Amino acid sequence: MSAADITPGRERGRLAELLAALGRSRTFLAGAVILLFWIFCALFGEFFTPYDPLADDIINSLMPPSAEHWFGTDQLGRDVFSRVIVGARDILTVAPLATLIATIFGTALGLVTGYFRGIVDDVVSRVLEAFMAMPVVIIALLAIVALGTSTFTVVSVIGLSFSPIIARTVRSAVLSERELDYVAAARLRRENALHIMFVEILPNVLPPILVEATVRLGYAIFAVATLSFMGFGIQPPSPDWGLSVSANYGMIGGGFWWTVLFDALAIASLVIGVNLVADGVQGALDD
Amino acid sequence: MLDFGDKGALWNRPAGRSFDFGWQVFRTGESSIAAFILRRVALSLVTLVLLSLMVFFGGQVLPGNVGRAILGPFAEESAVQALNHSLGLDRPYLVQYWDWISNFVQGDMGTSYVFRSPVAPFVLDALVNSLKLAAVAFIIVVPIGILGGVVAALNVNRPLDRIISLSGLTATVLPEFVTGIVLILIFGIWLKWLPIAAAWPEGAGFWVQLYHLILPSMPLFLVLFGYIARMARAGMIEALESDYTRTAVLKGLPWHTVIRRHVLRNALTPTITVIATQAGYLIGGLVVVETLFRYQGIGSLIFTAARGKDFPVLEAGILIIGIVFATATLIADITYSLLNPRIRLGAER
Repeated sequence: MSAADITPGRERGRLAELLAALGRSRTFLAGAVILLFWIFCALFGEFFTPYDPLADDIINSLMPPSAEHWFGTDQLGRDVFSRVIVGARDILTVAPLATLIATIFGTALGLVTGYFRGIVDDVVSRVLEAFMAMPVVIIALLAIVALGTSTFTVVSVIGLSFSPIIARTVRSAVLSERELDYVAAARLRRENALHIMFVEILPNVLPPILVEATVRLGYAIFAVATLSFMGFGIQPPSPDWGLSVSANYGMIGGGFWWTVLFDALAIASLVIGVNLVADGVQGALDD
Repeated sequence: MLDFGDKGALWNRPAGRSFDFGWQVFRTGESSIAAFILRRVALSLVTLVLLSLMVFFGGQVLPGNVGRAILGPFAEESAVQALNHSLGLDRPYLVQYWDWISNFVQGDMGTSYVFRSPVAPFVLDALVNSLKLAAVAFIIVVPIGILGGVVAALNVNRPLDRIISLSGLTATVLPEFVTGIVLILIFGIWLKWLPIAAAWPEGAGFWVQLYHLILPSMPLFLVLFGYIARMARAGMIEALESDYTRTAVLKGLPWHTVIRRHVLRNALTPTITVIATQAGYLIGGLVVVETLFRYQGIGSLIFTAARGKDFPVLEAGILIIGIVFATATLIADITYSLLNPRIRLGAER
């Protein structure tokens, strides 16, 4: 890649090329349809759900699926179908926010460690490595217990624990980028390090950052759903899917399968959708 | 252009460390095996010290006033202070950390706030249970995962390869509690083939224990299957396309001999060592699976401790997991470097 590659005209050409490649990718399109469906439900679901997703109706609790309640009702008599439809709202707020934090923080760390190398790189890398040596769920558990459960804690804990992984990707991209002529030219022009890192190098390492961010979004959804299931994520009375599974799985032995199955399938479809999008983006950029 | 290596987008486990040596700065000239191992051991120790600091910070410093948390908002301030004093929490942090970590190294993991008894027996019993569950999952997934990858590679880009790769991808990205719930419904509730609780009756023999562990090991199997199959597939394809395979074919060896003697041997050594790095993921997955199946392992111990704010148990559990994980990764890295000199000799990337 040379300086000519990042002139505005070329940039627009590359973007159009990327979009065209994404349009041809069946993987990406399938994932995008699933993801857009859930985003639509999260935004507008409350206008077309047959029942109020939060309204109790104790007399009709634990009813199996029927014409009135397509997915049955839960132990408080709430309509499972309505809850599944709007259940994406919180996770689709928390997970992207966490991913955004991870991406910003990780990109900055990766640029600094990759560009300066030496002692800065050694020290930061060791700390990040220690951080990555633990399963995210366990780190999150410790931090959330210590700080108390809140959406802010969940977002920042997942954001921070994902940032080393993004930093690693950015760093290895920067390592090869910094040896190129346009960086040497910028140095000869006496540009300062901040300018070289963020104005010269950053635009050229955006593709791997984009891929890593979409992949991380899949895992952020995984992590948020898991934490909610364990009671450390999104809090009641949200109709969140992981939370619903956690509230109802204790009764699974009684045969009330509808109280957990639809929520579980909804999580599965969202996770698969985001991962298909990520795979599509990666494939399009690799071409 | 930028090289993504062999890391497909779907394959970076959140928990497990992907097999990437990006952070490890290898300088040419330090390439002897002894120096590498020494470096690697030192790195693990640094990692563990940092982890212990994080755990200490999270468990002792961030929660604030532990005495107040135990006694509740209506207790006398003097009682809170007395409790903090008896727990040693009014001393400087550095002293507390040194005290905690030096006792930990000697096997004294402190006293549970909730049970008022030493932590070590709880943690060690739970660890044994978790290792049983992990062992069952591993023993099932390793041969099946490798077989899946090999079959996929031998049928590359044909329908069978697509089916194996796609189901592997899908299984890998789903949260364990989601697959766990669906498996419980299918095999435990509708078909009634397997018990839905992992806990076996007191004094149960090996086979009964195994019977109870099959269903809980399945969500772990699903996540690991895709990963291992993917590694085996990639290794196989690389070996199949190599010069030595072409030579073996051209000199007239029968195809199955080529596969067995040349391809498999070269393709699977990295896969087998990579499997060890999945130990860390496995332990993260255990927290969820053990909670879902009500199994008394280290994961559910940590979960219970987190719910009850029992910080000594929480800290000890996490640190033990860290030690197990660091050891597994260390062994994996060293084995891999012994098998693959390019890692040792490789210059900075």
